[in-house]
Amino acid sequence: MVKNKGTTPLAFDEMMNADSSPRQPYSTYNEWYASQDRIRLIAKSKEAENIFRKTGITFAVYGHADSSEKLIPFDLIPRIISGREWRKLAQGIEQRVIALNAFLDDIYHKQEIVRAGRIPRELIEKNDAFLPQMIGFRPPGGVYTHIVGTDIVRTGEDQFYVLEDNARTPSGVSYMLENRETMMQMFPELFHQNRVRPVENYPYLLRQSLASLAPPGCSGKPRVAVLTPGIYNSAFYEHAFLADMMGVELVEGSDLRVIDGKVKMRTTRGYEAIDVLYRRVDDDFLDPLTFRPDSALGIPGIMDVYRAGNITIANAPGTGISDDKAIYSYMPEIVEFYTGRKPLLENVPTWRCSEPQSLKYVLEHIEELVIKEVHGSGGYGMLVGPTATRKERAIFAEKLKARPGNYIAQPTLSLSTVPILVNKGIAPRHVDLRPYVLVSDKVQIIPGGLTRVALKAGSLVVNSSQGGGTKDTWVLED
Amino acid sequence: MLGRTANGLYWMFRYIERAENGARLIDAGLRMSLTRSEATEDDWDGVLQSAGVRELYDEVHDTLTGSDAIDFLLRDRANPSSVMSCIEAGRHNARMVRTALTRETWEATNECWIEMKAMLAKKARPADLPEIIDTIKRRAGLIRGAFHGTMLRNEIFNFSRIGTFIERADNTARILDVKYYVLLPAVAAVGSSMDNVQWESILRSVSAHRAYGWVYDAELRPANIADFLISNGRMPRSLAYCYEKIVSNLGYLAREYRATHAAHGTAEQTLAALRSRSINDIMDQGLHEYLEEFISDNNRLGQEISDGYRFYH
Repeated sequence: MVKNKGTTPLAFDEMMNADSSPRQPYSTYNEWYASQDRIRLIAKSKEAENIFRKTGITFAVYGHADSSEKLIPFDLIPRIISGREWRKLAQGIEQRVIALNAFLDDIYHKQEIVRAGRIPRELIEKNDAFLPQMIGFRPPGGVYTHIVGTDIVRTGEDQFYVLEDNARTPSGVSYMLENRETMMQMFPELFHQNRVRPVENYPYLLRQSLASLAPPGCSGKPRVAVLTPGIYNSAFYEHAFLADMMGVELVEGSDLRVIDGKVKMRTTRGYEAIDVLYRRVDDDFLDPLTFRPDSALGIPGIMDVYRAGNITIANAPGTGISDDKAIYSYMPEIVEFYTGRKPLLENVPTWRCSEPQSLKYVLEHIEELVIKEVHGSGGYGMLVGPTATRKERAIFAEKLKARPGNYIAQPTLSLSTVPILVNKGIAPRHVDLRPYVLVSDKVQIIPGGLTRVALKAGSLVVNSSQGGGTKDTWVLED
Repeated sequence: MLGRTANGLYWMFRYIERAENGARLIDAGLRMSLTRSEATEDDWDGVLQSAGVRELYDEVHDTLTGSDAIDFLLRDRANPSSVMSCIEAGRHNARMVRTALTRETWEATNECWIEMKAMLAKKARPADLPEIIDTIKRRAGLIRGAFHGTMLRNEIFNFSRIGTFIERADNTARILDVKYYVLLPAVAAVGSSMDNVQWESILRSVSAHRAYGWVYDAELRPANIADFLISNGRMPRSLAYCYEKIVSNLGYLAREYRATHAAHGTAEQTLAALRSRSINDIMDQGLHEYLEEFISDNNRLGQEISDGYRFYH
């Protein structure tokens, strides 16, 4: 359990300076906030919740059978980033995403980075996320990661770290869009007073970006579709939302079939070809003939169509090798190797428990560290040392010793805080940020993203599956 | 459009229609039990039969009581045709075809589910039943209103409407079939108070007890009731009306796709038969046989639509 310890006094607050004056990006907002009636704001907060519930913006939490659909709490105080801060971030993210694609292309071709001795061979070849089926194949346009969600944390005025590169199927973008929509509905005046850069055109940019990477076998206007595992998937709402906003079909594996070397969907008029598939189904389930034979979610034979150049799969299969937590610790080397420059954004220092001296250090400093499973996600299977009980730490230490290669450790960063609305007014809570990046012949970073916020005082766990909420994220035009 | 989406729309609207009709049936049953002093288990037997769940009820319950029958019809998950099961299934299909619906239609459906789930979380007290039934009808009306007011008149609209009317035709035919014997002139002791209650209950099951007076006269007559619910093209729950709508929506699909299927012939034949046969002719030849055949043809039409438009394969 994460205990309520209050926010660490050293945390950097993005809204307020230590002397209780607002930081520059928040100055206009703060004036507005000061003029607001607290009771009315709390009522607005309830109103927002009703909008979300009524719209059905829900996610499923695995393992909760009876509460199958949950709302992600929305906090109505925006997270505001200045134009200057954003430009710096965006440059760093762009550099990183370019490096990720170059790395993937290299890993599935000549593996020069391995030959150069910068990354251990076994880290690639013994990794489940590495797909031998992708060796020697170059996806249309040479793009592997069409959509990336780079998780960023902040610890100070100019201190940003990349926490994770989500290069498989990053989720949450529907919240970015719905949060903005909700804020504009509830507080239109704020958008007159502040010059907030738009995020609403994301679905349009996504469709354009996907269509521009149609396979060589596509003649005519590329036909795009979103592939979902189905209605019971935790992110089904988002899949339907994106298909709807892009104006493309939302398909399931059972709608698709390989006919005459093309992937086709069953329509009321017969079978029709798809050129670009934005899949929200994991690699393992994509093609039962190539990967997991028991998968009912995929399309038998789609990998053959892919390799023959008759469909684009976004993101490409096998991209997981680039956002693996063990690979993450090598990202500074990867960025430098492919871009020839020092990384603009820092990595969080990471101990690889597979290395004996690191394991020793981690076990000795377990109460200071955050320990994560290499393949875990969603905040499951991790230990937050400082807030864990002695017993929890002891149990975790045994797991570590049993399978050290399965874990990495990082220092507990003092994540920045942004206030949330509470009954008594506002109170600081820790946040992170996931901007969304679209890759085609260019890299487009949507100005904003998803801010996740830990709703419990002092908690550093922002995951929605662990009681986190979200905020609208503003990037100012300045 | 995906075949699976057409299927989802078709069933979404079948289930919503069934939920609403379920509420009407319960309403009619309640009314009968209020009107009569003696034991009313027979009435609930008829209501369960009209809903097509009489046998299923016996699998779950040992005895037939009004209170158990109402609960079974209203909220029992063991009954796939209970109002709550239908609302859940309708909303499930709506969620699956979310991209084909306007935001208004989806929200009306989702809110219906949210409200009814809360309202039917516990067994309903008799005193609350009128409000519950009203809410179901109102919510179904809101879905219909959002649908009509906001949806494009395209293939999505056509599949939805076809689902609504196949279900409605089935429900009306079943209501008539369960009570066909009270409509037979030979058996009925015309004018007895007993018959009047039965007849009124049939009309009430399709919310037509007021409209009847406007179209015919104050006196309830079996042939007029049958005519109203079978042949009258102005009565929105009559078989003739349902088939006019089915044929017209299938016609839009045929023009849009420039193709017809077996379903088109079947629907047109049924409509032609409804138009050409007088109610006396139907009654003379056997109302029960007629309705049985109608229900089976209606099912076959559903199957043909599903095959023609690739709902599953």
